[in-house]
Formats: sequence, structure tokens, C-alpha cells
Amino acid sequence: MRLLRWFIGLLIIAAFLYGDFFIYQGIILYKLINVILFCAFFILYRVLRGPTAADRIVALDILGILIIGMLALLGLVYDQSFFMDIGLIWVLLSFIASLAFAKILEGRYLDD
Amino acid sequence: MIREHIGMVFILLGIMFDFFGVLGLVRLPDVYNRLQAATKCVTFGSAGILLGVFIKQGFNNFGFKALLGIAFIFLTSPVAAHAIARAAHRSGIPLTKETIVDQYQEDNELKD
Amino acid sequence: MTLQNRSRLFVFIFSFLVWLALTSIRDLEEVVAGLLVAALVSAIAGKFLITSEKSEHIIKRIFSAIKYLFKFLWEMVKANLHVAYIVINPYLPINPGIVKIKTKLTKDSALTVLTNSITLTPGTLTVDINPEKKEIYIHWIDVLSKDVEKNTKSIGGKFEKLLTEVFE
Repeated sequence: MRLLRWFIGLLIIAAFLYGDFFIYQGIILYKLINVILFCAFFILYRVLRGPTAADRIVALDILGILIIGMLALLGLVYDQSFFMDIGLIWVLLSFIASLAFAKILEGRYLDD
Repeated sequence: MIREHIGMVFILLGIMFDFFGVLGLVRLPDVYNRLQAATKCVTFGSAGILLGVFIKQGFNNFGFKALLGIAFIFLTSPVAAHAIARAAHRSGIPLTKETIVDQYQEDNELKD
Repeated sequence: MTLQNRSRLFVFIFSFLVWLALTSIRDLEEVVAGLLVAALVSAIAGKFLITSEKSEHIIKRIFSAIKYLFKFLWEMVKANLHVAYIVINPYLPINPGIVKIKTKLTKDSALTVLTNSITLTPGTLTVDINPEKKEIYIHWIDVLSKDVEKNTKSIGGKFEKLLTEVFE
């Protein structure tokens, strides 16, 4: 049963990676950005579904680190360096936000 | 020309590890295991993507921003993982059924 | 020059170099703006970087820091391959638990580097630290033994020796 479920999941993932669901114009970097967008959908599944609050916080923290890689690739595609500025600010803010969420989850207030 | 190919290899490795980390976030059973897989793999993967971008771009301002991003995520992501794990354990989110030992819980009960 | 002012000067030079690396310099205005920003940063947060007077054996310490960096990168590659093996396997071979180890390091910076390295190496994640009793609680994805001494040797032992050379 478990093997069957694993195999169905593998087929779905392979179909997603084979087809061109988002943007694709013949350059390999666009294909790689598709893969990262697909990973972001997995993270959104965990944010929406997650049984406890800590799962959602973990998923949001990971999303910030994933986004900086995607923005670096986007900057490589368009040959512009300001995408990296957005990525750095995003990582900093998501780090502070996860620390604040963890503090609230622990039951302390922010001015403790 | 050879520099472009080396950078592309690093980017491909990084995206592969990103994908494994996100798969672990979906498949593993409880918060702590998800935190392990996601933090390690996604940090290493994004660092690989940024290193590939740095190798492709060389020593201009885009490359230096990528290096700064690597230092940033290596410093911040373990700290955020530690804070979330501690908050989850203190707020009473249970470990999965397959857990065999919990010495943190034993010591805390002794203290109270 | 006092210790605080030396630390502020160091932060000023370092942040100005970072500014020069981040902006491709085209005219004088960017240099002036960088000087202003670096002065602001060093005035507000400059006194936290250097806190101790000691500076002997500096070359030896830098050497062991580089050795530590390479060992850490190798351990990190092993950690990622381990996680990839667990995630791809259809039966999820995990055996999780929280164990306790002891440490001998005393400084705050050394403890921070040790716990961050433990988080990024195979199968382990720092949950909490008890600074009075020098104990670290670690979530381990594949528990091999419940003995404290044995776990201290197998988890923390590979970093602790090099970190003692770097920080003390």
C-alpha cells in the first residue's frame, strides 16, 4: 500500500517536471525556475494543511530561503542585479518574522 | 566559457537539494523531523544556487551580493530552526509515535 | 585607544568595504553616501564586535579556523546526502528521539558556533541549551544509543577539539 502511494506520487512529480506548466521559452534557466515554483507549491500545501501551528511557521521560514535562490536565477535571466537586493531583504525579514512567531508560540510577549 | 559550465553544475546541484528538502517537508511525520530535512537541504541548496551565480558572474556587484546572501543564510537559518524547535517543544506539540527516547521531557519534569 | 573605539574603527572600515563591493562605483556621490552610512552603523552598533583584549597566537588560530571550515563543509555534504536517502526511500527509515550531550566550551561565541554546526550536520538538530550545567539537548533522527557519554563523543566530539583551538 505504502509502495503504491509512493509510486503514484513519483509519477505525478515526473509528469509535472516533464510538462511545461508555467513559463517556458526554450532557455534552460526558465525550466529551472519552473522547478523552484513547483517546490513553492509543496510549501504552500504544508502551510494550508499543516496540523499544528509550528508546521506553518517552519514552512514560511523555508519559503524565504527558497525565494532568494529563485530571485538569483531571475536576476541571471534578465541580467539585472537589483533582484538580489529584494532577495537579501526578504531573507532578513523572514528570519525576524520566524523569531517573532516562535516567541509568540512559546507564550511570551514581544517586549519580554 | 568553462566558468559558465562550472556555475551551471552548481546551480543544478542546488536545485536538486532544494527539491529533496521540500519533499522531506511534505513526507516526514512530525514538526521536528520536518525541521531537520527542510533546514539542512534547503540551506545547502540555496547556497549552491548562489555560489553558482557568483561563479557565473565573477567579481562584480551581482557576484558580491550573492556571496553576502550565502553568509546571510548560513548564519540565520540554524538560529531560526533552533528557536522554532524550542518553542514547539515548550508549547507542548507532541513528537511522533515512532519516537524512542525524550530526555528533554524527563529533565523538565524533574525540574518542576 | 580604548577597546570600544578600536572595535568601532574596525566596524567602520569593514562596512565601508562591503558598501564599495556592493555598489559598482561610478561617481563621488556614492562614495560620500557610503562614508555616511558606515559612520552611522559604527556609531550605533560598533561596540559589540571585539570584546576581549587577547590576540596572541593569531596566525595559529586563523589556521585552525580554516581547517574547521573545511571539516564543516565536508560534514554538511554528508548530512545532505543522508537526508536525501531518507526522503527518497519509500519506507521512511527514521528512528527519532531527543538525547542529551555535555560540552566543555565556556565562551558564548564558541557555544553559538558549536550549536549551529550541530544543526547543519547529519541527522541532528539543537533543541535547547542549559548554560549552567553545560548540557545541550539534541533531536536526533536516527538514535543509535541513549548513553550520555557515548553521544557526547559521537556528536560533539568531532568539532569540540578544533573549536577549543580556535576560540580559547
